[in-house]
Amino acid sequence: MIQINDIEKGFNGVEILKGISFEFQTGKTNLIIGQSGSGKSVLTKCIVALHQVDKGEVLYDGRDIQAMSNKERKELRQEIGMLFQGSALFDSMTVEENVMFPLKMFTKMSKAEMQERVNFCLNRVELFDKNGLYPAETSGGMQKRIAIARAIAMNPKYLFCDEPNSGLDPKTAIVIDNLIKDITEEFNMTTVVITHDMNSVLEIGENIMFLSQGLKAWEGTKESIITTDAKEVTEFVYASKFMRDYKDRMM
Amino acid sequence: MSFIGRIGEYTMMLSGSFTKPDKLKVFWKRCVDEVMNLGINSMGIVFIISIFMGMVITIQTASNIESAWIPKYTVGFTARQTIILEFSPTIISLILAGIVGSRISSELGSMRVTEQIDALEIMGVNSKNYLILPKIIGFMFILPFIIVYSMFLGLFGGWLVGTASGIISTADYVYGIQYWFDPYSVFYALFKTILFAFVISSVSSYYGYHVKGGSLEVGRASTKAVIWSSIVMLFVNYLVTQLWLI
Repeated sequence: MIQINDIEKGFNGVEILKGISFEFQTGKTNLIIGQSGSGKSVLTKCIVALHQVDKGEVLYDGRDIQAMSNKERKELRQEIGMLFQGSALFDSMTVEENVMFPLKMFTKMSKAEMQERVNFCLNRVELFDKNGLYPAETSGGMQKRIAIARAIAMNPKYLFCDEPNSGLDPKTAIVIDNLIKDITEEFNMTTVVITHDMNSVLEIGENIMFLSQGLKAWEGTKESIITTDAKEVTEFVYASKFMRDYKDRMM
Repeated sequence: MSFIGRIGEYTMMLSGSFTKPDKLKVFWKRCVDEVMNLGINSMGIVFIISIFMGMVITIQTASNIESAWIPKYTVGFTARQTIILEFSPTIISLILAGIVGSRISSELGSMRVTEQIDALEIMGVNSKNYLILPKIIGFMFILPFIIVYSMFLGLFGGWLVGTASGIISTADYVYGIQYWFDPYSVFYALFKTILFAFVISSVSSYYGYHVKGGSLEVGRASTKAVIWSSIVMLFVNYLVTQLWLI
């Protein structure tokens, strides 16, 4: 479980996050949603301590990452996997080398053990016989899956996904969403997904936080987000004509 | 950011880089890769420039000292002094500041804007140590070899054009390049070469590592990296020459 308490963060005197508290639950896909500029990415970078918060605490099963020494933080980060918006695969490495990288850096596994783990991770994301390819030789959807394989290579307790299906067609996006959900349940991880895609929200949103102008405006589940009266949330959920028509039909 | 702020940021980057590597075996492999990327791949251009500059230095020297009072071997002597003291260490390093500097800066800049550096940090890898230190060590190791290679090629180019065009005989040229030779001048040249390698690799890394924005910024950072590494390198050259030879 990851708990954030009263997080505040600003840049050059401009307050971006204004006292956010939330609990990301283990074994569930926790979503941070909101419009562009609402502070989702900054909040995520604060949670993984790429940004130092101005105030508040971020507890990973009771351990405050923001208050840790560099050594402790480094150890904790080996329990974290992250899927970046642009996949962030290392261009100069093959698919196999990308997935093997964290194992090489932080484990004492033999070459055979590493190879076995890499094959397991790649098979888990349904990538077969792609080990020797370079990221540039694969499609956007494949790159996301490789990034997921790399993220789970170290068997992390916490998984962060920043806009996991941006730039993907709807069908591939749903495949990625479901893959994230399945992996979360299978490995009992605390997964945090940052998105503004309503399809993702309705597909995998088990525990949702809605951010608006640096504040937590609402929290709930994919079921409750459809029925909520919170104005900012309904504006977000029913922004598209399709969703408005859907709502009218349901009424 | 102010100039002082940048120096502070550069110093912080260096202190973050010069730490114990996460995994020594991986680190040394990275150093060897950088020796190949930054050094061996520059050999071709160094070959061409050194040969032609050696030729030009010899012709220029010969055409400017046409006097019965000045012995022929002076051409070889002058070519040697020029090539060893300044042309190879300084001019070749300056050219490599453009080639290697922009390469380092654009590589790190691209990694920054595509979040590859963030990915390393999230995994718990010290990205400065993993990415920057191998470049600094690799380039400081290989540049002296490149410069010695350039010195030989420059002298060879001078001999080639001198004898082929009848400016000077082989005997005079060889006597000239051996005349009053002080090995200390080679040591001086290689010492400053190592400093230049440090300046080029670290200043370029600084601009690449701290890119903010997109591909446009990566291009701008590469330009700044080349400009500033050249300026700092020339200043260091002046400083070393002033302190060492005067």
